[in-house]
Amino acid sequence: MASYKPTKITVYPKLGEKVTQDTVYWKNYKAPIQIKEFGAVTNINFSPVAPHNFAVTAFTRIHIYGPFSHEPVKSFTRFKDTAYCGRFRSDGQLLVAGCEDSVVRLFDVNGKVALRMYKGHTKAVHVTDFTSDSYQILTGSDDYSCRLWDIPNATELNAYQEHTDYIRCGHLFSSECNRTSTFSQFVSKKEHRSYDHTLKVFDGRVDKSVMTLDHGQPVESLLLYPSEGLLVSAGGRFVKVWDLLKKGQPLVSLKNHHKTVTCLCLSSNGERLLSGSLDRHVKVYNTTSYKVVHNFDYAASILSLALAPNDESIVVGMTNGILNLKHRKNAEESKEISGQQRRRPSYRVFVKGKNYFPKQDDYLVSKPVKQHLAKYDKQLKKFNVSKALDTALEAWTRLKKPEITVAVIKELDRRGTLKNALAGRDEQGLSRLLYFLIGNLFDPRFAPVLVTAAEMILDIYQSVIGQSSVVDRQLLRLQEMLEREIDYQQELLEVLGMLDTVFASSLPRKEVPCSAISKSNGLTQGEGRLQLQAT
Amino acid sequence: MVEHGDIRVVHRGGSKINSREPVISSDSRLLLCASGECVKVFSTSTEECIHDLRGHTGLVTGVLLRPSNHLQAYSCSADGTVRLWDFTDGILIKWRSVGKACVCVCTCVCAELFQLVAVHLPQSGDRLVEARELSAVLSDVSSNPAAIAFGRGGEYIVSAKGLQLEVYFFKKQKSYRFSLKENNKKGRKNTFTCVASHPQDDCIATGHEDGKIRLWRNFSHKKEYTYSTLHWHHSVVSSLCFTPEGTNLLSGGVESVLVQWRYNQESQKDFLPRLGAAITHIVVSPDGALFCTSHSDNKITIIQSCVKVSAIIQGLVKGESLSTDLMVDPRSKAMVLNGKPGHLQFYSLQRDKLLFNLDIVQQEYIHQSGLQQFEVVKAAFTASGNWLASVEERKQKDAELELNLKLWMFDEQSQSFVLNTTISAPHEARITAMCFCQSTDSQTTMLALTFMAVDDGPSWSCDFVGAYHSLVPECCTFSADGSLLAVSFQEVVTVWSPSSWELLTTLSQPPGAIRDLCFGKLSCSKYLVGTTANNLLCCWNLLTCALEWSTSMNTSLLLADPLSENMAAFLNVHNVDQIVVFVFKPNEPRPLYSHKAVCSGNVTRAVFAPREEMLDSCEESSQWLNHSQLYFLTQCMDLMTFTTKAEEARQMAASKQLVIDDSIAMTPFHLLLGKHRGQQQQQESGQDSLSAERTPLPQGSAAIKELLQTPAHILPSTSFLCSMFVQSLLISVTDSRSETKHVEEEMESEKEEDSEEEEIESRAVRPPEMARCGQATETATLTKAQVKELRRVKKLDHGWLSSVLDL
Repeated sequence: MASYKPTKITVYPKLGEKVTQDTVYWKNYKAPIQIKEFGAVTNINFSPVAPHNFAVTAFTRIHIYGPFSHEPVKSFTRFKDTAYCGRFRSDGQLLVAGCEDSVVRLFDVNGKVALRMYKGHTKAVHVTDFTSDSYQILTGSDDYSCRLWDIPNATELNAYQEHTDYIRCGHLFSSECNRTSTFSQFVSKKEHRSYDHTLKVFDGRVDKSVMTLDHGQPVESLLLYPSEGLLVSAGGRFVKVWDLLKKGQPLVSLKNHHKTVTCLCLSSNGERLLSGSLDRHVKVYNTTSYKVVHNFDYAASILSLALAPNDESIVVGMTNGILNLKHRKNAEESKEISGQQRRRPSYRVFVKGKNYFPKQDDYLVSKPVKQHLAKYDKQLKKFNVSKALDTALEAWTRLKKPEITVAVIKELDRRGTLKNALAGRDEQGLSRLLYFLIGNLFDPRFAPVLVTAAEMILDIYQSVIGQSSVVDRQLLRLQEMLEREIDYQQELLEVLGMLDTVFASSLPRKEVPCSAISKSNGLTQGEGRLQLQAT
Repeated sequence: MVEHGDIRVVHRGGSKINSREPVISSDSRLLLCASGECVKVFSTSTEECIHDLRGHTGLVTGVLLRPSNHLQAYSCSADGTVRLWDFTDGILIKWRSVGKACVCVCTCVCAELFQLVAVHLPQSGDRLVEARELSAVLSDVSSNPAAIAFGRGGEYIVSAKGLQLEVYFFKKQKSYRFSLKENNKKGRKNTFTCVASHPQDDCIATGHEDGKIRLWRNFSHKKEYTYSTLHWHHSVVSSLCFTPEGTNLLSGGVESVLVQWRYNQESQKDFLPRLGAAITHIVVSPDGALFCTSHSDNKITIIQSCVKVSAIIQGLVKGESLSTDLMVDPRSKAMVLNGKPGHLQFYSLQRDKLLFNLDIVQQEYIHQSGLQQFEVVKAAFTASGNWLASVEERKQKDAELELNLKLWMFDEQSQSFVLNTTISAPHEARITAMCFCQSTDSQTTMLALTFMAVDDGPSWSCDFVGAYHSLVPECCTFSADGSLLAVSFQEVVTVWSPSSWELLTTLSQPPGAIRDLCFGKLSCSKYLVGTTANNLLCCWNLLTCALEWSTSMNTSLLLADPLSENMAAFLNVHNVDQIVVFVFKPNEPRPLYSHKAVCSGNVTRAVFAPREEMLDSCEESSQWLNHSQLYFLTQCMDLMTFTTKAEEARQMAASKQLVIDDSIAMTPFHLLLGKHRGQQQQQESGQDSLSAERTPLPQGSAAIKELLQTPAHILPSTSFLCSMFVQSLLISVTDSRSETKHVEEEMESEKEEDSEEEEIESRAVRPPEMARCGQATETATLTKAQVKELRRVKKLDHGWLSSVLDL
């Protein structure tokens, strides 16, 4: 006995993102952990030594979190005003932070009170960092100056005053060749960001800057490649990469965010570059092709971003004071998840006895497998055509999976009962149908099926036009959209005609394929007919 | 049929089994149905065909169990004969000519009357007279056998035609006519379609074209008749049947739902839906345990008391039109064509059995007349059988043509084709031809209007679209090595290179659209042969790009053998409505073989099916049959083929062997027996190959079968059976001369037996109490068979047995 064959839903090629190595890699994180901080999270810094704690600078505090705890391991609260830029030294023992009150404080990671205070700046200090020899501190401040401090003596070694606006970020070269070049840049005042938007490279042995780069936008973040040959700067909507070995020649300019890019970060192997922005996205770039390979969405504008060593976790700080932590899945965990896809607790009831293998002399009684049918198929099986269409027009199906609705309409048309299913609807039912038509009639995938349905609706409900304002409005809208679509198709035809002449002249002897033209012709004719009826 | 040398045209299965209603034997184990020129006996439990009852020379038009002896059956045929068979053993008992040219209906009616009268009037002389009288009485009889029924133990006969119902009472010799109005209010049709009568009550059920069933009562009066109406079917009721006790009425129609109505409680009804195709006949077994429905797709379904389908006997399905060409699946060697709507059927040529249906459309089939459904119109296999391409289309009145091209990959694990790619609307107009490239790597399908090549891969995509002066391409073919592609555009043949998709050359000939194109194979691969609409058969040489030769022939079909360089052409001879077949090689001027008057009517489809094992015939005329066999479908959709005599004989022997093997279970006893038989055959073949093929112990096998198949408690005493059994194991005669004599003797004795049998029969029938008592007749036949056996045993020379025993 033949069983019921369910309605075939046409599968259209998906236009969504493709599954690549990158998406697999970057999607392999657990559900995020959200931690509320006291204010906007301006900086996140990972300790270079295990267990890789990280310092989170938010408002007047710096919290240090362990790799797996959700409570701060340690917190530094002795700031008189907003703290900035808490950073670890390369041995993970000392932490330096700037403050709105222009004092730079140095902490022992295990202590509470500041070990040293460096006073000399006149305005808020936004940038602090240790030099690679671990004995000096570089700071950058809103007083347009950049200073180098000796840690033990708390004395100012050098001051660079070439910038003409706030200094908001800086980065130190490693000191192998004793070239402790600092490097700071200039951020214009917030109200006019059109001052001098430069990056300057300083040499520790010389007082003057050795290189000046113009970013063109207020620079928010800086990043140096491990090879120290390439510099990445973020400012405005742009991320720019500079080649320092070629005297600061701009290499690429990336414009993938639609709001200011606030933070930059490199993945542990240096092959991917991450950028966070006020537009709530973190984008992952390939550092060889500089194409976006992945994208994260967050709830609020992103101010800071850090990756744990080996990409074990992604930490993102946002303007609303929320710290977002994502840990990488374990190898077996990720395998397990992909193996059993979201099983409900009642699943065990259904699999009861399924994994039992019959022994040799067991007598097997097979149960007929019950066929599961979708709701609309159940109705179609019973020849309830109107009900089948109703179930296919339910809000979720109609909006999320219009191809199901279209497939049911096509099936009804094939059975010759589409007219019966469409007829006899009240105002609400009819407006729901028309709403669906307005949404999907112009989709080229659905047009051939829906045009016949639309013709039938107009035929059936011709007599009741003018009785309901809702339906009338929708009909007018349908007509308007039809007109627009016809104009559009005409334009397309014109373009095709032009292209044909171009092809014909370039390939004088070959036959010209002509299939696409007549297809679009057929479509416009069909819609033209529909329009006649609509008017 | 005209014989030509050694080769003759034979009917090779595939005939309809749903043309007449089947018959279930009284023990519900066997099912008889008319199939072409023979009656097929199926087992109801295993669905296997047990044997064919062959002998009729025309279409069999009816089968009936003999009421007096339930082991025998009558069959009637369009050749005007009625034959009586012992259907368990497949033996013709006797036959009688019923008169001159009988139309099928007439003979069917006659047969029933004959049957009926034979019960009541034993004189053989009167039978025919009576039959003629009665058929004259009911002059205006419908051509549908379902519209005639006998009522309550043969008291009356009911016939319906058009809007009239006629009841004729045999005793009163009087007929009553009732008629309905042409149309009732709603414009539905009242025309009668089928009739059934209640076995115990005076009640007639009639089915109508509007789906109503009327139950007529009190019809022995002219005026006071009454009828009640049952309505469930939405279109024509095509068959009605009462169960033997009369408690239920079964009806079926286009909906393919079997409806069971309770007699006298008509509001209660049971349904058995989804039977697959429109029901054409319904039959109930005499004990009421089995129902049997035959369907329009050449299928018989056996149902256990309206609950469960227990068996399906499926014949070659013949759709309304054979739109896909005949093909041979390279893997299973089965013939492939479109059958059930939306399906491709795989039909085994060797076993004459439908292997399976491949669902191409994968959509619910709506059983409603006048609905346009998707049909499979084209299909093609690759040479290796790994890929199958199919095209389905649906054309509604004013809507656009819906086309789907599907590519199927053979899945080794499930041993069937799995859908790989669906291309919707590959072309804007009908696809006229499609073929795969023969070489392994670049596989290509070719289609209509403009042609298109599709590339292989994990999925398929369009590779190239070509056109020639915006003409419509008609047919296309690849050369054997896949290096050339020939496409005909009306009058022009274009040759393309599949590797670069360049137009290489065009070939033209005297005007006339091209009908068929074939590349030569093997030694003739430089030739391209084509036929045109204006009766020309042309052959081009591809090396010179010129016409090599052409002759004027009205060719209807041209096809090439894939395994040799032969080509076959079917010709229409103008004046005579006959088909001539020519088999030729493109490089030789003379045809290898020609056969006149193959069949009447046009041959539309034919195919060369590769043989499983090659023949080694060296005769010139039959050499072309060595590699492959030519099958063709006639206009009435019978599958015919060409065979040689030697092959036929071998097949006969094989089939007999097969039947014996099937009927015996694999027991140690059988092994012993099989060994014995093998030795025996070796001996015989050593003596005389001809006789070995002819008689591999038919009597012995029957006896063994009887012994093994009959339940032990029914068998006579062992001492009685012993002699029979031993005799069956013996090699009857060792001397060929004495054997022929013996055969003659047997013939004589059989003749004698026949005459004696008639006597016995008439004797048995004459006393009425004997005829009624079925038990008595059964024992009578049993003893008769035993008497026969005994007589044979008596005649036999047992001398050699003693010598064997001595050894």
